[in-house]
Amino acid sequence: MSTSAIAATGLRKAYKDKVVLDGIDLDVAAGTVFSLLGPNGAGKTTTVNVLTTLIKADGGTARVAGHDVATQTKAVRAAIGVTGQFAAVDELLTGQENLRLMADLKRLGSAETGRVVTDLLERFDLTGSAGQLASAYSGGMRRKLDLAMTLVGRPEIIFLDEPTTGLDPRSRRTMWDIIRQLVAGGVTIFLTTQYLEEADRLADRVAVLDQGRLVAQGTPAELKRQVPGAHVRLEFASDLDLGAALSLLPGSSRDEEDGLAVRVPSDGTAKSVRDMLNELDAHAVGVEEFSVQTPDLDDVFLALTGHSSTKENAR
Amino acid sequence: MSTDSAIMLRRNFKHTVRNPVAVFNAVLLPIVIMLMFVGEIGGAFNVGIKYVDYATPGMIVLTICYGLSATALAVNSDMAKGIINRFKVMDISRSAVLTAQVAATMLRTMIAVAAIIGVAFALGFRPHASFAGWLGAIGLILAVSFATSWITIALGLAAKTPESAGMTVVPLILLPFLSSAIVPAGKMGPGIRQFAEYQPFTPVIETLRALLTGTSPGTNAITAVAWLAGIALVGYVWSLSTFSKRA
Repeated sequence: MSTSAIAATGLRKAYKDKVVLDGIDLDVAAGTVFSLLGPNGAGKTTTVNVLTTLIKADGGTARVAGHDVATQTKAVRAAIGVTGQFAAVDELLTGQENLRLMADLKRLGSAETGRVVTDLLERFDLTGSAGQLASAYSGGMRRKLDLAMTLVGRPEIIFLDEPTTGLDPRSRRTMWDIIRQLVAGGVTIFLTTQYLEEADRLADRVAVLDQGRLVAQGTPAELKRQVPGAHVRLEFASDLDLGAALSLLPGSSRDEEDGLAVRVPSDGTAKSVRDMLNELDAHAVGVEEFSVQTPDLDDVFLALTGHSSTKENAR
Repeated sequence: MSTDSAIMLRRNFKHTVRNPVAVFNAVLLPIVIMLMFVGEIGGAFNVGIKYVDYATPGMIVLTICYGLSATALAVNSDMAKGIINRFKVMDISRSAVLTAQVAATMLRTMIAVAAIIGVAFALGFRPHASFAGWLGAIGLILAVSFATSWITIALGLAAKTPESAGMTVVPLILLPFLSSAIVPAGKMGPGIRQFAEYQPFTPVIETLRALLTGTSPGTNAITAVAWLAGIALVGYVWSLSTFSKRA
């Protein structure tokens, strides 16, 4: 196998006359986390569905774990695990039975099944509710069970389609921890998300998807640097200080919402921030309050596509 | 049966056991209808033989059809909840999930059919079937259940929402009422009589009645088997194609 866990070129998919994927090229190195970032309707799930053999692309090719997704579906399916956007657990089975079902379908054998099921229940903190029907689980527990089911049989490539959408912050953090552990174990992860923060925290590489096209690719840091939305916000006690700061800091502008605040474009690195504060200090300009504002998905979108992601949602 | 199907069947059995309301429904309503027609109204019909002997075969078929709405709902909710997609991206047999649904439906149906036959005996049903007649009747009951299960699975898979999945089987539930189940087609008014004569459940019910009363079903048997084979085939092909298409 090559070092690419997932490699796609020119993937296209249209439903009737609506183009969903318009030529997607991807390359995901084995053992890394790749995040596909985009708003609802950008084509994230369709991309996952094509790569996981659920639907066939109209054009282009894709290889997953070295196998063609169109012609070698069996080999691809044997190598991957998929956790979709909606928890795919059987609600009329208990947590334990759900895991056993997966183990049976993967033909793990009874000794191994027992061990794997116990391990996963423990790892996902579900041992206490193992005997309850999944219909009684909370949203966070369901997602955890879903992911645990995906891990049965140790797939080498795991697809996570918006694994934290709709989760409360605490469950989201738990999910992130689990994903980090998986990466440490050597699996390749293909993650879709609507949250820049999530891609930022987890991914080695991020690709931004908009209306079926990739509009940017790079490390999270590279991506954020392209975005002018990143800025430092400074508040001053007086108009005098504010005026001084505006003339000292290149590119700075008055904050429209607050008369005594200034926005300064910044990449947010410690060095640039320190230089800026030193500059103000050297001219005896007192700063009352200070904050670094990092861009969110909307800023990224606006910068890369000229339209906001929320408008896309409304359409 | 492949091991995948066996594993899936175990899953569906657990569902059946955990959803006693569905089984209860499938058993109870046909019994109520039977008591209504045989106990209350039946005496008013002159069908040439004892009414309970006439009505029981139709009631058996009605029972089979009545249990199908639970299957349509189960298949559709599997689809909606994403569990089917989980199975599809695993390296397992395409038809296992559906075969298991058919087997589970048939099992639930057989419980309901046994109950309705029990009630029929209590109401004075006295079949004159030979051993071969009983075997034929049981075979026919299984075939009806098999064919209607496959077409129901296709309908359940094709439906967009659980509500519409429940609706799609309504024609299947109503068809036996518009057949010779309750009164002979010959006694019906024009229009409805032709409909009753040419719809699939009339030859099926006529054949079942002949087998149980120990007479010869004649050409009805061939028509019935042809209908059932056709329905099963359409249901099977349609189910599998919908199953692979819907992601």
